[in-house]
Amino acid sequence: MKDFFKTLLRSYSGCAGFILLSSFVVLALIAPWINLPDPIIGNLHERLLPPDWTGLHPLGTDPVGRDILSRLIYGGQTTLMVAFSAVALGAILGTGIGILAGFSGGIIDRILMRIIDIQLSFPLMMLTLLVVAVLGPSIGNVIIVLALTSWTRYTRIIRGQVLVLKEREFILSAKAIGASAFWIMRQHILPNVLTPVMVIATLELARIIIMMAALSFLGLGVQPPDPDWGQMLAEGRVYISTAWWIVLFPGLAILLTTLAVNLLGDWLRDYFDPKTRLKR
Amino acid sequence: MTAPLLEIRNLSIVFDTAEGPLHAVNNLSYSLMPGETLGIVGESGSGKSVHIMALLGLLPSPPARVVSGEILFDGENLLKLTEKELRNIRGGKIGMIFQNPMSSLNPVLTIGRQILEVILRHTSMSRKQATAHTIELLDLVGISAPASRLTQYPHEFSGGMRQRVMIAIGLACSPKLLIADEATTALDVTIQAQIIDLIQNLKEKSGITIIWITHDISSVSTLADTLQVMYAGRVMERGPFSTVINDPRSAYTWGLLRSIPSPSMHSGQRLYQIPGSPPNMLSPPPGDPFAPRNPFATPRCHRDTPPLRQVPNSLPGHMAAAWYDLPALLSLHPEASDV
Repeated sequence: MKDFFKTLLRSYSGCAGFILLSSFVVLALIAPWINLPDPIIGNLHERLLPPDWTGLHPLGTDPVGRDILSRLIYGGQTTLMVAFSAVALGAILGTGIGILAGFSGGIIDRILMRIIDIQLSFPLMMLTLLVVAVLGPSIGNVIIVLALTSWTRYTRIIRGQVLVLKEREFILSAKAIGASAFWIMRQHILPNVLTPVMVIATLELARIIIMMAALSFLGLGVQPPDPDWGQMLAEGRVYISTAWWIVLFPGLAILLTTLAVNLLGDWLRDYFDPKTRLKR
Repeated sequence: MTAPLLEIRNLSIVFDTAEGPLHAVNNLSYSLMPGETLGIVGESGSGKSVHIMALLGLLPSPPARVVSGEILFDGENLLKLTEKELRNIRGGKIGMIFQNPMSSLNPVLTIGRQILEVILRHTSMSRKQATAHTIELLDLVGISAPASRLTQYPHEFSGGMRQRVMIAIGLACSPKLLIADEATTALDVTIQAQIIDLIQNLKEKSGITIIWITHDISSVSTLADTLQVMYAGRVMERGPFSTVINDPRSAYTWGLLRSIPSPSMHSGQRLYQIPGSPPNMLSPPPGDPFAPRNPFATPRCHRDTPPLRQVPNSLPGHMAAAWYDLPALLSLHPEASDV
């Protein structure tokens, strides 16, 4: 852990990403203890107030008089929680299936790859709508749906990597010391594919936040009045010419989170690669 | 008379290819005594590695198929064991060293973890004991400051050191049999000598049984008690190392020995090469598989396959598969000796 921070300090971009992301996470976590206006019940007398850096509503208010800053911070709770869970679920599922398909080969590989082909031939939005319509909109279901749209991206890339890896000699030498197939997949294949997984995960996080916004926009994501960045963006769309602050701040929040994750992701990828680690 | 540690009987292996069955190993039989070091030499495709892979149960099947025979190791027929039982033998009772130390170690795991893995897999040692044993092993294979090496990655090691690590992995669980498949081929000559010296020392210390597969006879000269020459999936000749070297009875052994460059050769002198190329094992020639390339072949060689027989007037255990009498032929054709 000490080593982790020591090397982090040496990378400007890694540092910036880490600070940015952790400040979002910390803000979301301590939201109930900082004195913020209610994010759900607004004051209709204060609707559509422009940002006022010194006043009660530093980032302005929305059409029903709710404080944007407060909604942004509370919305960060749901947005980050859902996005991280969905990315984690998708990554675990996708990587696991990718390794299994690539390593087993044969009939297992063929069945899994056909399942992916079938899923990819559905328009993503239609699949999402179908699943949410069947399961009903709730935070848990949104996470599941988003993970479902995400796992195939890992699986196809990881499978390709595993097909190359399993022919490498160290896999043969692992077999020659009596390692089982499961052991080889977990101990030898998995650490070798973590780098691409990390890269895909950082890209996926950004995509998933946008996707969440789309779901919210269609009314199938996080249900109002609970705030969420995508939903705020969708709601503010109508007012973009008169009250730019409603869309600007959630948009900025999405942008900065994505940027932070990408910066941190780049650094993490180098951190986990023993060859670049030597240069520290 | 003690029982052999390893006994291979009538082993035949076929690869099912698109063009038909490829006969990689044909009726291979030999045995290995505890403490013996067997050097196996032969060209590429002579079945050296394939039969070892079959022994370890690592042949990809399909396309490979063991048609007949048995491999008795320590009283058990390895071909009859379940995958789980085989896994317990691999790395436990049989240690294996592969050709390419550059790619035989997992690049993203530390050296320590890769050695630890074998020990924890096959023994009941605690993590702490296993770590101590790992350090002992690295010390044994001649890696200096072993404790500090545990957390390093393979790319921080040179080729020779990686091969030492591979040997440490091979020896980790005190195997009864150590198999080295072209273990020094990828290393440069001075490192080769060091590795062979290391194996020699280990052999003297622990009396371990070794199978050393190579295509370079000179690399096993200090190591092997017995030399076995393989060709086209068969044993052509086998016997005490110096006897086979000094008194070869198979024309193939004779050809191999004459194709080794030696420092005493004068400049401009051409190196002997065995004419032709190894037979296509999709349709092996009838009779002695080496007959088409053998300048001394008799008509019978082209017709019948010679059995591996004790060589008359030689040491017991010196066996050759040849219909002809090589020393007699050589004395009749002295011009064959000078190229």
